[in-house]
Amino acid sequence: MTLFFTILFYLATAALVAGLAYKIYDFARTPAPLSIPTTPAPTTKPGVAFRLAREVVLFESLFKGNLWIWLFGWLFHMGLFLVLVRHLRYFVSDVPAWLLFIQPFGKYAAFMMVAGLAGLWARRLFVERIRYISTPSDHLWLVLLLVIGMSGTAMTFLMHTDVVAVKAFFLGLMRFDIQPLPAHPGLFIHLLLVALLMILFPFSKLLHAPGVFFSPTRNMADNPRETRHLAPWAAQIEKN
Amino acid sequence: MAAPEFEIPKYREFPTVPAMVPDSMARVRPHVANEKIQSALGYPGALVDDWQEKAIEEFGNLLGKYRSLKVFMDSCVHCGSCTDKCHYFIGTNDPKNMPVARQELMRSVYRRYFTLPGKVFPKLVGARDLTRDVLDEWYTYFWQCSECRRCSVFCPYGIDTAEVTMAARHILDTVGYGQKYSNEILGKVNKIGNNLGLPGPALEDTLQGLEEDVKDDTGIDVKYPLDVAGAEVLLVTPSADFFAEPHIESLIGYGKVFHAAGISWTLSSYASEAGNFGLFDGDYQMMRKVAMRIREQALELGVKRIVVGECGHAWRVAYAFWNTLTGLGAGGDDPFAVELQKQLDPRYKQPSHICEFTWDLIQQGRLKFDKEANDNRVITFHDSCNVARASRMGDYPGGQFDIPRNIIRTVANKFVDMDEATIREVTFCCGGGGGVLTDELIETRVKGAFPRMEALQQVVDRHGVNFMATICAICKAQFTKVLPYYGFNMRLVGGVHQLVSTAIRLGDEQ
Ligand code: SF4
Ligand code: SF4
Repeated sequence: MTLFFTILFYLATAALVAGLAYKIYDFARTPAPLSIPTTPAPTTKPGVAFRLAREVVLFESLFKGNLWIWLFGWLFHMGLFLVLVRHLRYFVSDVPAWLLFIQPFGKYAAFMMVAGLAGLWARRLFVERIRYISTPSDHLWLVLLLVIGMSGTAMTFLMHTDVVAVKAFFLGLMRFDIQPLPAHPGLFIHLLLVALLMILFPFSKLLHAPGVFFSPTRNMADNPRETRHLAPWAAQIEKN
Repeated sequence: MAAPEFEIPKYREFPTVPAMVPDSMARVRPHVANEKIQSALGYPGALVDDWQEKAIEEFGNLLGKYRSLKVFMDSCVHCGSCTDKCHYFIGTNDPKNMPVARQELMRSVYRRYFTLPGKVFPKLVGARDLTRDVLDEWYTYFWQCSECRRCSVFCPYGIDTAEVTMAARHILDTVGYGQKYSNEILGKVNKIGNNLGLPGPALEDTLQGLEEDVKDDTGIDVKYPLDVAGAEVLLVTPSADFFAEPHIESLIGYGKVFHAAGISWTLSSYASEAGNFGLFDGDYQMMRKVAMRIREQALELGVKRIVVGECGHAWRVAYAFWNTLTGLGAGGDDPFAVELQKQLDPRYKQPSHICEFTWDLIQQGRLKFDKEANDNRVITFHDSCNVARASRMGDYPGGQFDIPRNIIRTVANKFVDMDEATIREVTFCCGGGGGVLTDELIETRVKGAFPRMEALQQVVDRHGVNFMATICAICKAQFTKVLPYYGFNMRLVGGVHQLVSTAIRLGDEQ
């Protein structure tokens, strides 16, 4: 099993990093030929950064759109964020004080995350409009995340695993010095699905994560009368 | 008005989300452009044999040229925030008019041809082959979108269905499946200079007639000049302003403002159209071609300022795109842009909206009004989507909401706003924008106007509103047609400069 997970995690990391890097490169190289911020929009770069920050941290547009989706979506993402930060301790040998400090928050954030996911799935199942627009993969993503979240929570609170050994395994992966992974069904499920998520990330709607930063309606400043935007392919037209 | 062959939506007691009625609008589609109309624009005359291949090829092409399309195709998580935000969904109950479902018509094809999971597991991720049925579905539902961007306000990733609609329509054009109404208009503007196909002499007659009317009315010689080289301002306005009611009342108003302020101005017969239907199917080159007429005229007439009349999508193109397309703006450093920009007066915003122009003059104290002249009117203001969500006026974000209202409050005593969930940033479209303002789509238009009509009814009941001002030629034409279906007088709609026209003092008191 150790060998299997070793290979799997190297693979998954490679897929995630390469896939995401390619996608980000692809977004970045595609020009936005026209100025299309959804107005009213900030007129300056710092203003745009602030708008994006509000979108990413507070989900501002979603808040305007639908309070339930906002609530569940925000719970899930903020929970996930805290949980991820908490997981950093598996990847650094000396855990710094701030990381120690947030451990309990991260621990209970798992419930936020699972509750948010459950709420989102309930809406997908029971709200007619959202059921209509859901594809099978939308449901599967929620299942995947729920199982990851619940298996992780279970290991924290119910069926503990040898976290010291888990940490040794991941530190080993990073140093190319393979250490045994504890045999624990909950852990196997957890890690298997996390790896699956990493591999699928660049091919899926999870691309909304980089996407939000590249969305022209959000990341463009409202200054078209003062600045001339010209995409390379559009400049070419001018020459003819 | 003949009795409609469809049901007009009933006002809701509470603004609940309508239950879905699948495919209720599947039969409503615009006329397809014929060979003559298509070929005048350089598109194939009829659906080409290898349309599927061509469509996918053009799709790929657009994905490489427009970041919006690429990011929007990848980023939607089907969260549902946009599902109840489209006036066409609210008015028709057809789930394919939910913004995300509309995008999905195209995204399903994107997944099938451009993503790995869609190629391998199409069913799982909702990917579809581009069949003839799918293509027809595109034609039906991408012509039930007015590109109003309301959905983009509520999307956590800013996904703008208008961008998707434009791309889809562009693909349809390139495979020979164009829409008659829009493409016919593009043909006219390219050939004659305006969407209505009014030739220079006809314009001249109309403007002369206007001068006589205003003289009869006020006793003052207000001029409506055409093709005057050396004028200070070139006014570019939607051609509907030249003859349609109530549009022409605003044109009269613009002339009075110029007269009262003593600023020389001119219209142009070659560039007699502010509207730019090239926007509606996202054809950059077409949009540029239409806009170039204005650049050429500005250079030829040697004007110092460009002012744009009351029109929503025209203002979007002028405000947000002219600088890019034609160098008409400021801040350019390439010879093409500099040629025009060194001629324009840098003290003014280029281009300016007529409302910015009038409001500036008001603030400088250069215009005087008899507000009481508008006392027979209880006024509300309909924010037009392209002004509200795709452009700006003045110096700060949101100026586009305040400036027209400020003008109204300056020239009239009685003003009330409609329900705040239906104005400003989240305003509802009139239901006729984005290239759907054609008779055969009347059902789409009437149903799409429903949320606005609902909000209007409220202020009519509560405050006795009898005038809905707006600054868009399409809104004016659409409401004139649609208001009677909801039991309103068609004359309830008019322009902001129509109100200005009523109250402005023309004497030599400035
Ligand atoms: S752009 Fe406007 S008309 Fe089109 S889907 Fe969005 S809300 Fe509806
Ligand atoms: S709001 Fe945006 S992400 Fe959510 S369903 Fe609509 S388009 Fe997709």
